[in-house]
Amino acid sequence: MAGPISFLGVPLKRPKVAFFEFTACEGCQLQILNNEHTLIGFLNLVEIVNFREAMTERSDDYEIAFVEGSISRSDEVERLLEIRRNARILIAFGSCACFGGVNQLKNRFADLDWVTKEVYGDFPVETDEVHPIADYVAVDLNIYGCPVKKEEVEQIVTNLVVGKSVKIPDFPVCMECKAKENICLFELGEPCLGPVTRAGCDAWCPSNRRGCWGCRGPAGVVNMDQLEEIFNNYGFKNVELIDRLECFGGFTDFTSKLRTKAACEQRKTEGRS
Amino acid sequence: MKLSCNIDIRHLTRVEGHGNIRIKISDGKVVEAKWEVVETPRFFEAMLVGKHWENAPYICGRICGICSIGHTLASIRAIENAFQIQPTVQTARLRLLLKHMETLQSHILHLYFLAAPDFLGTGSVLPLINSHPDVIQRALRLKMIANDACDIIGGRRIHPIRTVVGGFTMLPQKKELDGIRQRLAAAAPDLVASAELFKSFATPSFVRETEFVSLKGENDYPFIGGEMISSDGVRHKEADYRKMTNEYCVKGSTSKWSKLSRKSFAVGALARMNNNFGMLHSAARNVASELAFAPVCHNPFMCNVAQLVECVHVVYDSISLIDELLALPLQEDRQTVSPRKGCGVGAIEVPRGILYHYYEFNAKGTLVKADCVIPTSQNHANIHHDIEEMAMQYSQTNVDDRDIELLAQMLVRSYDPCISCSVH
Ligand code: SF4
Ligand code: SF4
Repeated sequence: MAGPISFLGVPLKRPKVAFFEFTACEGCQLQILNNEHTLIGFLNLVEIVNFREAMTERSDDYEIAFVEGSISRSDEVERLLEIRRNARILIAFGSCACFGGVNQLKNRFADLDWVTKEVYGDFPVETDEVHPIADYVAVDLNIYGCPVKKEEVEQIVTNLVVGKSVKIPDFPVCMECKAKENICLFELGEPCLGPVTRAGCDAWCPSNRRGCWGCRGPAGVVNMDQLEEIFNNYGFKNVELIDRLECFGGFTDFTSKLRTKAACEQRKTEGRS
Repeated sequence: MKLSCNIDIRHLTRVEGHGNIRIKISDGKVVEAKWEVVETPRFFEAMLVGKHWENAPYICGRICGICSIGHTLASIRAIENAFQIQPTVQTARLRLLLKHMETLQSHILHLYFLAAPDFLGTGSVLPLINSHPDVIQRALRLKMIANDACDIIGGRRIHPIRTVVGGFTMLPQKKELDGIRQRLAAAAPDLVASAELFKSFATPSFVRETEFVSLKGENDYPFIGGEMISSDGVRHKEADYRKMTNEYCVKGSTSKWSKLSRKSFAVGALARMNNNFGMLHSAARNVASELAFAPVCHNPFMCNVAQLVECVHVVYDSISLIDELLALPLQEDRQTVSPRKGCGVGAIEVPRGILYHYYEFNAKGTLVKADCVIPTSQNHANIHHDIEEMAMQYSQTNVDDRDIELLAQMLVRSYDPCISCSVH
């Protein structure tokens, strides 16, 4: 790798960086190897000392740890605690690490035995309820997305290297979507979580004519009642709203409230009939 | 004769996911030789139960970051088969083109970033950026065309956005497709140089006879749907995939294993080429013969060569596909979906081999059962028996411990395993 780097004549220290994965699809790590036109520059910015998916050398001497994936087994907790001890900055990398990601969909079944039986029959396989990494260790920074957007990762890492503060948007995806002058998907007959989801992806899905499923979790301030109203006004039922909100695990508190409400309404209609 | 060696590799590197290799030889006898998969399982098949059909391709793409396009398309195909939806010609061409580009990016990533460092004597691709800049620039150029094409057609290179049951949410513009066509046509010298590079590598001469399973092409080299065959003569319809996969659980592995006529079989580029060699593009067949590949080849290290040959095939085939698409009046032809009670299978050749998704729906279109059989899980038993055979062969020689260790790692890497995908 290249030697020392400097910016406007000021020498910069390349931080030692490590990547780790837990219960995940490794798509977020793969994003690190994407964006080929900036890849070499990006790799030059840091010193990668641990990246099992791409390199054989390993070292426990690192400052920044990118942790991908959720936690769903006891050995993962041990490994995660060790990473926390070694790292100065620990980053939850991608929606699995931030919220549990799609993996937490299995938590909606109260009976974990049923879940294991459905897949492995009577073969014994260890698994726990899925948790985001922040349930076990202190997280210094979240990088949202399923997958993470490489441009955003590049920006964040550059800021970390030059010592600038990292700012992740608080406003919702809708604002980015409107700025791109897209036709709102509700008008085209598709539901979207853009009004409540944290921006920063540049309205990736709505710009490709697909409603948002909330992979980046809630924006700084969200109005769930209004979202429910929008869904209902456009003819979508609360089950469809719950379905989207529960997909990546970022809206767990809201979904359980909505679920209770939906169950009450169900009982009311049953009582009336 | 080799008296003893003790190899214990935990979390093999430069593969996707967590697997271990154990080889113990003492007094010239193999005491232990195994491949263990320790990855944490995610339970996608259970997660899907109770979900509306629309969720399946979206969630299932997340089985794998490297072949999310393949998973999404297999999932879509299973649903379309269940609901009896026939994709239009335009949709079918665009999907195949998208799949080709995923194959190209995945194969290039494996060949250059994961496999090549072994042959060039480094632990990763990082030192090669300085020592072999031309090689790395070439890899990046090829990978970038493929990824850009995935962005254009699928909306995103990982976990595609535009691909849905019934078609696409949005179509690429003709000028974008033409741009990809031009870049693919200009990639010919890079493919030639790639072949030269791999020709210069000494492929280990290890051989173990096995059975190869893949789709069977009727007129074309197969990628999406159709019948499955094995090199031992078994043939089944897509809907009968279970007769081909016969999954079972094994100790020391969170991934299931598969078997057919023998104790194991192999899927992937090598299996596809062994079973469908004559249907490759002529340019690809030429590269194959230059690299001394002849079917049926039983050397698992030749998987690298097979992937390289497939890169050539998909590049040339993609150029023809784009020509066909450019001749069509591209139009929004997304079909509406009417769910019905029933079940469907989608079989697709993804970079690492044949992938199956199976779903059962109630009348409302809610999933009541799901089954996904992943290429790497079909390969695990074969990898394991290769390691056993390799240990046996080397127990009778004077090969150095470190060489055995490296060869065992290279062997597993040559399958390009996608372990977290196999433990979905
Ligand atoms: S957040 Fe999405 S892309 Fe990243 S590891 Fe999890 S499932 Fe994969
Ligand atoms: S499509 Fe989604 S993100 Fe865009 S404006 Fe409509 S609700 Fe907001």
